[in-house]
Formats: sequence, C-alpha cells, structure tokens
Amino acid sequence: MYLPDFDYYAPESLAEATALLVELGPAAKPLAGGTDILVKMKNGLASPSALVSLKNLTELRDIRWEPGRGLVIGALATHNQIRDSEVVQQHFLSISQAAHQLANNQIRNRGTIGGNLVNAIPSADLPPILIALGASVTMVGPDGARTVPLESFFTGPSCCVIEPEGEILTEIVIPEQDTTGSTYIKFGLRKSGALAVVGVATAVTMDGDVIRKARICLGAVYKVPVLAEEAAKVIEGKTWSDELLEQAGRTAVGCCLPISDIRGSDEYRRDLVRVFTRRALKRAITQGHV
Amino acid sequence: MQAIADKQGVKRYLVDVTVNGDDYSVVVKANTLLVNLLRDEIDLTGTKKGCELGDCGSCTVLLDGKPVDACLVLALEADGCDVITIEGVAQHGELDKLQRSFADNAAIQCGYCTPGMILSAKALLTRNPKPTEPEVRAAISGNLCRCTGYVNIVKAVMAAASGEVTA
Repeated sequence: MYLPDFDYYAPESLAEATALLVELGPAAKPLAGGTDILVKMKNGLASPSALVSLKNLTELRDIRWEPGRGLVIGALATHNQIRDSEVVQQHFLSISQAAHQLANNQIRNRGTIGGNLVNAIPSADLPPILIALGASVTMVGPDGARTVPLESFFTGPSCCVIEPEGEILTEIVIPEQDTTGSTYIKFGLRKSGALAVVGVATAVTMDGDVIRKARICLGAVYKVPVLAEEAAKVIEGKTWSDELLEQAGRTAVGCCLPISDIRGSDEYRRDLVRVFTRRALKRAITQGHV
Repeated sequence: MQAIADKQGVKRYLVDVTVNGDDYSVVVKANTLLVNLLRDEIDLTGTKKGCELGDCGSCTVLLDGKPVDACLVLALEADGCDVITIEGVAQHGELDKLQRSFADNAAIQCGYCTPGMILSAKALLTRNPKPTEPEVRAAISGNLCRCTGYVNIVKAVMAAASGEVTA
C-alpha cells in the first residue's frame, strides 16, 4: 500500500507551523503521530496536498502539574508517554489506565493525545475520561490562542471545532479539582487493538458515603461523547447504594443514541451502557482515581 | 526541511537515519514509508509487510528504542532517529538469547511474524528484564501470529528472560 504524493514540511516553531498551514490552505494537514491520517491516506479517504510535521515542536510533548491550574498534557504526548507518566499516575491514574486500553503497543508509541482528540472518532478512548474530569483544550491559530471545554469540542464523527486553516491543538488541561474518584471502563471485542463497543467514564466527589457531584461520560454510543447529565442528577446528593447506581445506569441509557454496526447492535450497546455506568460509578466511588 | 526538486518538479528530501548502528543518508520522496526505506533503499528485508495499516505488527522496528509499526512512520519522520531492525538484533554473528530461545522453543512456524515478535520482546526485556507472563502477552499484543503459535512464543520470551537458554 502506497501513499499518494504530498509535500512535506517540518517547521521549527508553533508560529512557523500555523503560518505554514495558513499559507498552504486547508488541503494541507498537520502530522502528529500519523497513526490515523496515514491509514486514511492509504485507504484513499484523505489526500492532503501537504503534511506539516509537528515533530520539531518538542515543547508540545511535555506533561506537567501546574499548581492552581492542574495537569497539563502537551498535545504531542504519546499514549504510552501518558500511560507511563508518573505525574499523570499520581494525580489521575484513570487517565493513564485509559491510555493503556487504547489500540496496541506500537500505535501507543506513535499516536498522540492531540491526534486522538482532533480525529474525533466517536469510539475514541481518551475523550470520555477527559470530559468526565472537566478537561479543556487549547488551540493556537493565526489569530491567537483559544480554550474550549472538551465537552463542546466535538461536533460530529470526525468533526471538531478546530479551524482547518492553521489551527493546531496545543495542550489539554485537566483542572485541579475536588473529585475523589474517576475511572474509564471499556468493552472491546479483544483486549488489544479493539475499538470500544461502549466506553464509560465517571468522576465523582464523595463526602463519606454521599455522592456530592458526579460526571458520567459515554463513548461510542452517539456521534460525539455524551455527558449523561440526567443520570448524574439521579445520584447527586444521595447516599450511594447498588440500587441507586443501577438506577443511574438505567437513566444513562436514555442519554445515548447508539448505532448498530459490526461490533454490536444498538440494543446491546444500550444494555452495556446500563451495566458499565453502574460498574464505572462503583469503581470511582469505592476505589478512587483508577 | 529543504526539498530538492528534479526537472519534472518532483520533490525529494534528504533523510539521515541510523539503522542497526550504521548511518545512512537517503534521498526519498515525502510519501516513502520507513518500511519501504528499510526494505527497498537499504535492502534490509527482514522487516516484513503484513496489513500495512498498523494492525498486525509484522513491520515492527525499534525507533529510538520503542517498538513502532514501520508501515505507519514516514521515512522523513525517522530523520535523526536510531532504528533497530531484526538484522541488528544478533551481535558479532551470535544470535541474541531471544532468537536462540525462539528456535529452541519452536516459537517459529511460518516465521512471518517472528521479526516483529522478537523486536517487541526485545524492547520489553530491555525495559523489564524479568517480566511476568501477562506482561509478555501485553508486550506482544500488537503482533499477530496467524499460525496462532502464541503459547510457544510466550514460552520462548519467558525462557529468554529467565536465562534458560542454551546459547
């Protein structure tokens, strides 16, 4: 399988990269890990006139904790880098675990968090946990930087708010917060290299046995990751119990609109949402950030 | 990166890459993949092409020590990097203990997945010299063996790690 022809650029700075993307127009695409766009190009689903490699923007690979701000993950951090990062594990082990469940080892060594978000695949593994934890993303373009909450970043399958002319995702911030637990659990047909049939992320703030706040985000069951706010309302302010979490699971089913495809029928996905919402809530409540 | 255009206007680029310790400077088109650079430009055909979409792992090489699918890396993206292919695993004409162990444990059937398996396992043992069986299985989870010889492959990696190899 060969790639179509394209021009290649490897700018040395972010400013140079955005300027280049503006100059080359929307037919030019940024290149991060390449694990999605090169597959699309081989399959004839994309034929950019040029690829602008971001490999020299080493400052975007950084992962750090900024007191008062939170966990800052550079858009070019690879999935294995996130999985193995002590800073990530210390604050949100759940994000490290979600990164580990994604694709396979070779892909995780190349694929980046920024690429995972910008590709906006409904079954992507990182968006649910990041949205549950209230993450925001920063994009830099010719007109400067802007930050949007990740929950309003996705607009449809393979669509997001990023401007095709010159905008580059630079960092993901998971704010410093009072949540006591979070988790992402995924149902895939295999352990490795499988897309999520359903993925559920939860983040909770517990006060003893009382759930003060909850966020539930469902992946692979709608055009975009869905925040199941109705389901969270069912449990907030209440003392947790298995029955209560089952009720939240049932409510979450009403928040999604899954499709039937080769990996599972819509009915099957709905039932998975019920069970996985219940399980993911229980894990976050009883085990902390895992 | 400076492009060199020929008379027809086709752009080519100079890539400097270290493969198995040897430095190469190769002029390639932007759409040349690392696997094609290795196989076609420098004749290292031990790296196999399977699915070419990042699913099967038969083109696995170590890029700066990490296993990656060479079918999903542009040759230009490997500029300045250190690449290890299956040809670079044996040292001084002696098989690596992993290679020895694969042979001893009959972990090779058709052999097509073997270069990728060895490199994934090599990266694991470098990072984690005494892995558990689940860790071995996780490390080779991006390498498909369609002869389904996984049991012996896992056995071979475990044996290499524990030193039970008659080198």
